[in-house]
Amino acid sequence: MPTNPNTTAPEPNHPTAAARLTSWFDTRTGVNEILHESLDEPVPGGAKWAYVFGSGLLYLFISQVITGVFLALYYVPSADHAHTVVSYIVKEVTSGSFLRSIHAYGSSGIIILLVLHIGQTILYGSYKGRRELLWLSGCILLALMLGMAFTGYLLPWDEKAYFASAVGTNLIAEVPIIGPSLQRLVRGGDQMGTLTISRFYVLHVFMLPAMLIGFIAAHVFFFRKAGAAGPIKEDPIAPKLPAVPFYPKQVLMDAVFSISIIIILAAIATFIPMDLGPAANPADTHFLPRPEWYYRPAFQALKYLSGRTSILGILLPAILAVIFASLPFLDRSLERRPWRRPIVVGSFFAFLLVYVSLGFASYHDDYGDLGLAAQMRKQDQDAELFMKQPFIPEAAAGTATAALASADPKILKGRALFEANSCSSCHGEHGEGTPAAGALTGVSQKYTDAQLIALLRAPNAQMTNGGMTPVDLKDDDLAALADYLRQLH
Amino acid sequence: MNEAPAVANNPELEAPSRRSFVGALFAIGGAAVSLILAIPLVRFSTFPLRKVAAEDDWSDVGPVTDLASITAPTAKTISIEHRDAWQTTTNETAVYVLPPKDGQFRILSPVCPHLGCSVRWENEQNKFICPCHSGSFTPDGERIAGPPPRSMDSLDAKVVDGVLKVRYRYFRQLVATKEEMA
Repeated sequence: MPTNPNTTAPEPNHPTAAARLTSWFDTRTGVNEILHESLDEPVPGGAKWAYVFGSGLLYLFISQVITGVFLALYYVPSADHAHTVVSYIVKEVTSGSFLRSIHAYGSSGIIILLVLHIGQTILYGSYKGRRELLWLSGCILLALMLGMAFTGYLLPWDEKAYFASAVGTNLIAEVPIIGPSLQRLVRGGDQMGTLTISRFYVLHVFMLPAMLIGFIAAHVFFFRKAGAAGPIKEDPIAPKLPAVPFYPKQVLMDAVFSISIIIILAAIATFIPMDLGPAANPADTHFLPRPEWYYRPAFQALKYLSGRTSILGILLPAILAVIFASLPFLDRSLERRPWRRPIVVGSFFAFLLVYVSLGFASYHDDYGDLGLAAQMRKQDQDAELFMKQPFIPEAAAGTATAALASADPKILKGRALFEANSCSSCHGEHGEGTPAAGALTGVSQKYTDAQLIALLRAPNAQMTNGGMTPVDLKDDDLAALADYLRQLH
Repeated sequence: MNEAPAVANNPELEAPSRRSFVGALFAIGGAAVSLILAIPLVRFSTFPLRKVAAEDDWSDVGPVTDLASITAPTAKTISIEHRDAWQTTTNETAVYVLPPKDGQFRILSPVCPHLGCSVRWENEQNKFICPCHSGSFTPDGERIAGPPPRSMDSLDAKVVDGVLKVRYRYFRQLVATKEEMA
């Protein structure tokens, strides 16, 4: 610390360049006030490791935004390209597998942190004392995050993504009265398809993140308004314990926690990269659709419901969600010690226990049954095998000669004339243009039929200079050639 | 703790001093972590810039065994694959493979150096004739007569694992020397 500037006597008459810059910036932005406001927040009872989960969630969310934006550099939300581009990201692009893994495992990390954050809030009773809006904004954030996980899962369009989302969107149809219409709205039709991807993509990339940012801002605002609740013995409205500023000790703990998360994520992403299965094949009737691990318990619960009770699959979570969201309205006392609040704390842990058990039951069912276990292993092996294969680029639309097989005979005749008259030697096999002559694609937008035929008969000066010769053909051949040219794209 | 005297003289200095130290620690730690995380992001986003050089632009013409015994120029259709990120566009074009001389394959571009029409091999006349303006060339592609300013253009050829490969190129028309077009 010998070079610490504060240890030498300050010279107020000759401020350093850095000090003048800081002052210049502060007088125009008020940044010191903002820093003071955000870093000197009083924490009753001082810093604790129990308080790190909220910051951890914010940090992980920012990591998801950054990796997500970068992944969007290569992603195409369309059923015919989505799987190819994700495979390109994973197999070809440098660091692609790493970034995708961080993003995919990051969603699991957020779910784990959400449970820890909510668990801490319930255990510490820190939703009490004028914190209803703080709690409600948190509930909305939970729902939005689950929505992010659900919509993001489909985007790679591999087998497991496709089938898990097919099952997930099937559930929507169970909603009373509006279910079937809602399902069609979400899917963009009766079946899963390219419109489903674009809908999920828009939700995942634009709508849900925008709402998340808004509700995170509200959540932080409500938190600051109510103040940190402090330890369980603290009064949640009028704190009595000596307050310690958020900075530096709590900031340090939050930072250590957040950096540990990112290091763990990076390690998992490096050593166990997220796999990508073969492209979705809707015709595959053997595939066993399974959701991500955090949706497994809900998936398992649905197995126990059938026929008349199947409506419970929708109703039960809805009722639980409403009770959960109204917790600070139902539990009004200011008592925070968990052993004095057995109903709330007990119900939460009972729910967790049931949820985890359902998850285990789901895996047990799959791997306990020989037939299912074999199919599950086969699916894993298929994904493993696919990951080992080199990337195979996709043939661009329009180059496939197969498309011409079904074409109009007049266009086929035009194509034959195009080749026989050596047009292709300058304008390219499919009129896409070569260094020798321009592209003919899109001529239909520039010229009418009559203009096109006239130009072919008597090329203009620019065309002649480029080496174009007049096309000497019978009228109906010329018309066929014009027809062929007009459909080039 | 060499700032101890200063702190003793002016207790108010203590907090800012310790704070700026922790602040510096955060700044350095944060910068280090951000830098490490930024590396894959930079590599990810600059991938296409580093990829270009590796493109393979040789097209397969056919197995050498089929072509070794030809006695006249033979037209062969080749596919030129152009890679655009995760897509490929395939164009088909024709080239002429000449009968091998001293075991060396020679390949000619069918594009007439006059105005770019496709030159045809006329077996009965034993010469190449351009259908557009009747330019003619010997079986080796040397110019005989007509408006073409030079002989037919040869293309780079090589044999890899028994397969004849060609590197297809376009050349400037209407000039006396062979000039490759970008």
